[in-house]
Amino acid sequence: MILRIMGEGQYQVPESLCNELNKIDNRIVALVSEGKAEEFRKELAKLISKIKEKGEAIDAKEILKSDIIVPPEDLSFEEAKAVFKGSGIFTD
Amino acid sequence: MGLFARMETVIKSKMNKVLNMMEDPRETLDYSYEKQLELLQNVKRGVAEVTTSKKRLQLQRAKLMQNTDKLEGQAKDAIAANREDLARLALERKAALVQQVEGIDREVIELEKQEEKLIAAEKRLSTKVEIFRTRKESIKAQYSAAEAQVKINESVTGISEEMADVGLALERAENKTEDMKARAEAIDELMEAGTLQDLTGGKDDIDRELSKISTQSNVESELSRLKAEAGKGPEKAKIGEEGKSAEEKREV
Repeated sequence: MILRIMGEGQYQVPESLCNELNKIDNRIVALVSEGKAEEFRKELAKLISKIKEKGEAIDAKEILKSDIIVPPEDLSFEEAKAVFKGSGIFTD
Repeated sequence: MGLFARMETVIKSKMNKVLNMMEDPRETLDYSYEKQLELLQNVKRGVAEVTTSKKRLQLQRAKLMQNTDKLEGQAKDAIAANREDLARLALERKAALVQQVEGIDREVIELEKQEEKLIAAEKRLSTKVEIFRTRKESIKAQYSAAEAQVKINESVTGISEEMADVGLALERAENKTEDMKARAEAIDELMEAGTLQDLTGGKDDIDRELSKISTQSNVESELSRLKAEAGKGPEKAKIGEEGKSAEEKREV
């Protein structure tokens, strides 16, 4: 699987990791709706470090489409809330 | 819908809709390449903006530090002249400045991170653009318009995703530098007006009260330090027992 961490580039990750990542994704969704900012940040950091630990960075010379897009590590709680409200991640 | 799916939507909405725009799909390659070069220029400009913003904060920090030195000097003079009220005022202003300096330090670290990220993004993108350029020429040379379509879709989709990602990183960096510019201007204005204590925007009542308390205790301890340096500790002042206890009560 090819995964993109926004703002950081792409990683090749084993299929087996996706289940785990999806679980973290679900937890993040719950935390945002419950308004738990601190835990949200922890979970997001965990997500990113897991990808970097188990995945392999793809050479910048490769031009590939990603299967999964993961938010940037510094995504703020407010930005995450905005994403879920569908009002766009970043205010233009 | 999970966060991943949302992110995909965000990226897709930012992707250049260049595919199927041109009659000859090979022209799509040239068009996309043009857009890539444009974006690279914009990223370079973005990096420069972040750097400028950082330098501005650093200059402001230096100015704030100068002012704190001046206020410290004024507090000393005030004590020497037995004007504790003036000394207290100077130290209160100094404490407010020190808080601003701490805020600036945090922001500079943040901007440095942004700077690093954008520089890395620029490097990644320029590598890909170079690869794209060679690939584009070979596709144009080897295939007819009809045959080229699949190859073109692959390359253009891949690089469009990268461009969308870099474009978003750039937007976020720009938003941050805008915020900081506004804050820096506010600090400048307040510094001129000498009313920095009022710069508590964004904090709630409790934060304000808490920071007032910590400022207050800083001021008190600095005041006694300066008094001790000037050899005017409360123990040797002319305050009688009664006056002293009244002062203690006030401090509690």
